[in-house]
This record gives sequence, C-alpha cells and structure tokens, in this order.
Amino acid sequence: MTDQKPFVDIRHAQKSFGALEVLKDINLQVQKGQIVAIIGPSGSGKSTLLRAINDLDPLTGGEIWLEDKQINKKLPHRQYEKHINLVRQEIGMVFQHFNLFPHLKVRENVTLAPKMLKGLSEAEANKLAEVQLEKVGMLERIDFYPSQLSGGQKQRVAIARALAMNPKVMLFDEATSALDPELVEEVNLVMKKLAEEHMTMIIVTHEMSFAESVCDRVLFMDQGVVVEEGPPDVIFRNPKNDRTKEFLRKHLAGQHP
Amino acid sequence: MQRVFPFFLEAAWITILLSVLTAVLGLICGILGTWARLSRFALLRFIGAAYVSVFRGTPALIQLFILYFGGPQIGIQLDAFEAGVIGLGINAGAYMTETMRGAIISIDKGQIEAARTVGLSRLQTMRYVVLPQAMRLMIRPLGVNINALIKATALVAAISVVELTYTAQRYIGSTYKPFEMFLIAGALYMIIIYVTGQAVAWLDRKARIN
Repeated sequence: MTDQKPFVDIRHAQKSFGALEVLKDINLQVQKGQIVAIIGPSGSGKSTLLRAINDLDPLTGGEIWLEDKQINKKLPHRQYEKHINLVRQEIGMVFQHFNLFPHLKVRENVTLAPKMLKGLSEAEANKLAEVQLEKVGMLERIDFYPSQLSGGQKQRVAIARALAMNPKVMLFDEATSALDPELVEEVNLVMKKLAEEHMTMIIVTHEMSFAESVCDRVLFMDQGVVVEEGPPDVIFRNPKNDRTKEFLRKHLAGQHP
Repeated sequence: MQRVFPFFLEAAWITILLSVLTAVLGLICGILGTWARLSRFALLRFIGAAYVSVFRGTPALIQLFILYFGGPQIGIQLDAFEAGVIGLGINAGAYMTETMRGAIISIDKGQIEAARTVGLSRLQTMRYVVLPQAMRLMIRPLGVNINALIKATALVAAISVVELTYTAQRYIGSTYKPFEMFLIAGALYMIIIYVTGQAVAWLDRKARIN
C-alpha cells in the first residue's frame, strides 16, 4: 500500500477567511478504494477540507490532486471553469441537507447531469436512473417529487444522483446529520454497500460507530489541523492525543452504549 | 354621453397597447438589468445598480418629460406614443430587475452547489436548476409590477398620448361632466387591471401545479 501512488492527494492545504485560518497545512493521501472518515468538533475545518476537494470552497494555498490531475490548478477563468466542470464529474458529493432539485422528479434529479454532460439519450438516461435508484432501494419512488419523500429517502436519491455520473470518489458531508435517528440506518446501509464495492470515499461524520465499522482510516481534526490519524480501532479505542481523547469522551457521553 | 363612448373604447385600446408594449420592454430591461446585477464583473454590477437606483429614484413623469421634451435637444426625436412606451418600459424594467433578482437570489445556495458538484456549468445550473425554481417565485411579484405599470400609463396623458386619462380630460370640455368622464376612465382601467390580475393568478396556479 505504501508504494502505491495516492488516488486523492492533498498537499499543504491552507485556507483563510480574511485573518481567520481555518485549514493549516493539511496533508492527506487517500488510496484507491480506501474509505477515510474525518471527525472533529464543529468549526474544526473538516467540512471546509471536504468542500475544498471539489473546489466548492477553494483553498488559499496548497494543492489537491485526483490521480494525475491537479484539481485546483491556476488557470484563466474560462479555462478554469471548463477544467473544474470536468473534474467535478469525477467527484460525487452528498450534502447534509440533500439538496435535491425540488422542481424535478426523482428520475430527473438523477438523469439531469448525465443527459446534459454525457449526451445520454432519454432511454439511456432512464435506464441509468433505474439502475442507480435500484441500488439505493428507491426504484419504486422514481416518479415522485422530492417533497413526497422522507429525509432518508431524499438522501438515498441524492446518493443515486451522485453515482449516476460514475464518479471516482464520493464525498459525504455529514450525510446523516439532518436525519431523524430512525432514518439514519437506511442511509448508512447504502454507504456500507458502496464500501463493499470498493468505492473510494471521504466521509465527514459525527457518527463514530459508523466510522469505526466502515472506514479504513480516521482523521481527527481540530482548529484547522489534523491532530491525529490512524486505523479506526486505534483512534477510537486507544487515542494518543489528549484533544482526541477529550473529543471522544464528550461525544460518546451523549450516546447510548 | 353615449356619443363619447366609442372614443373611450378606442382610448382603452391605446391604454392596453401601451401596457402590453411597456410590459414587454420592461421585461426585456428587467432581464438585462438582472443579468448585469448578478454578473461576476464589477462594472456590469455597478451599471445594473445605477440603472435601478436612477429609475426608481426619480418620478416616472420627470423621466417621460426628459425623454419627450428634452430628447430633441440631444437628437432623440420620438412621437408621444413612442416616448411613452420607451420611457415607461425602461422605468418598469428597473422595478422588474429587483423582482427577478430577488427571486433568483432567494434560491437556496445548496441547489447551486448540488448542480455544480455533478459537473453542470454556471449557465446550465442557471438554466435547469435556478431559473425553473425562481420563475415560479417571480410570477406574482411581476404581476404587481405589471399592475403598477398599467396605472402608470395614465402619466403619458401629460405628453398628450390619446389614451384613457387624456380622453377623459378632453371630453370634460365638451360635456361639462368631469365626474362621469373620470368615472368611465376609472372603470375601464379597473377592467383592464382585473383581467390582467386574473391572468397572473392563473399562471401562478399553473406553475405551482407543475
């Protein structure tokens, strides 16, 4: 594994909002098929780091690479737009608040981008939507509008929408944080299924037990730096850093055993 | 009394024509204004903002006078009807710019992010994600703008366009019945506005169902 070239490579990532430095020299290498969880208190910069990967929150310093392509290359505006639109097709993203398109049916939510960007015909796009929605268990809701779905169902459709572009990496930004507790499991199951299919995933989460059961590696971030990282059993069972211990203690105190 | 009726109907037709042309020009100016105000270029944003504050910040009547009476001095020769449509249209466009811009910026940022992360361009995001949602939101407030613009067509009486208000004033002289003349004009305005209002409400309902 160590001699393998990283699939996602974040080098010296730095980000400031004015005088406030929210990411301080972050380095993260993710191998193909690896699943990495990023945990940490709110305001630690974990979401910002995730959103920097597809340039939703551009870095102010450092580089991000996907395979042999630099994502945040310096280019003139027009060229950069072209470049980033292509890069983003290869990176799926799932948001805390689902962000389904409310004016489109479930089917069209999934087919919009493939039709526009990959030139799929109506029939091909429909077939693709059926396959992806089947995968997340939402095929029977294909002709519903998002407003007719529960939170968990919306999130599963959002995952299908991202998968429809056949991404190389999936980013999850607190995908289950906005869900009622009884709806979390159905989304976690879909994510586990993706993990079994060896999808490369970077997951920002507050769910320690899920992170522990699914991830290959866990990063603990606080105040813009990676405080500690390692395999889940080490981070969760035997953390070395005091800040990690403190965070986990507080976090687990609020959860039932 | 009966003998003035045909003249009022003809005048009502002129008012309708003025309203329709003003609304069309207003929408065009509104789209351009919105595009400028939402541009990523500071100069265009400035031009858009200046357009809105100048035309909303001065009386429409003064704008009409400048165009119609002042225009010839700087080489703009328009007849009264043309000046009326252009003056009121540009004025209405400033209000519509704010209506459209308001609807567009009220769309949740998460919608734009979701569209961009699947790889859609700025333009595609606007066309397929933001605008379809914003259009539904702007139908009713644009209806309010159009209601105001229909009533503002009365102002062009002051530059002698023979529309409803001008016609009412004209026949006061021969009939000595200002009360009746203005009542007829008012009733005709109300019919025009009522029908327009119903059309807007119908469009709004239709957009909500789809």
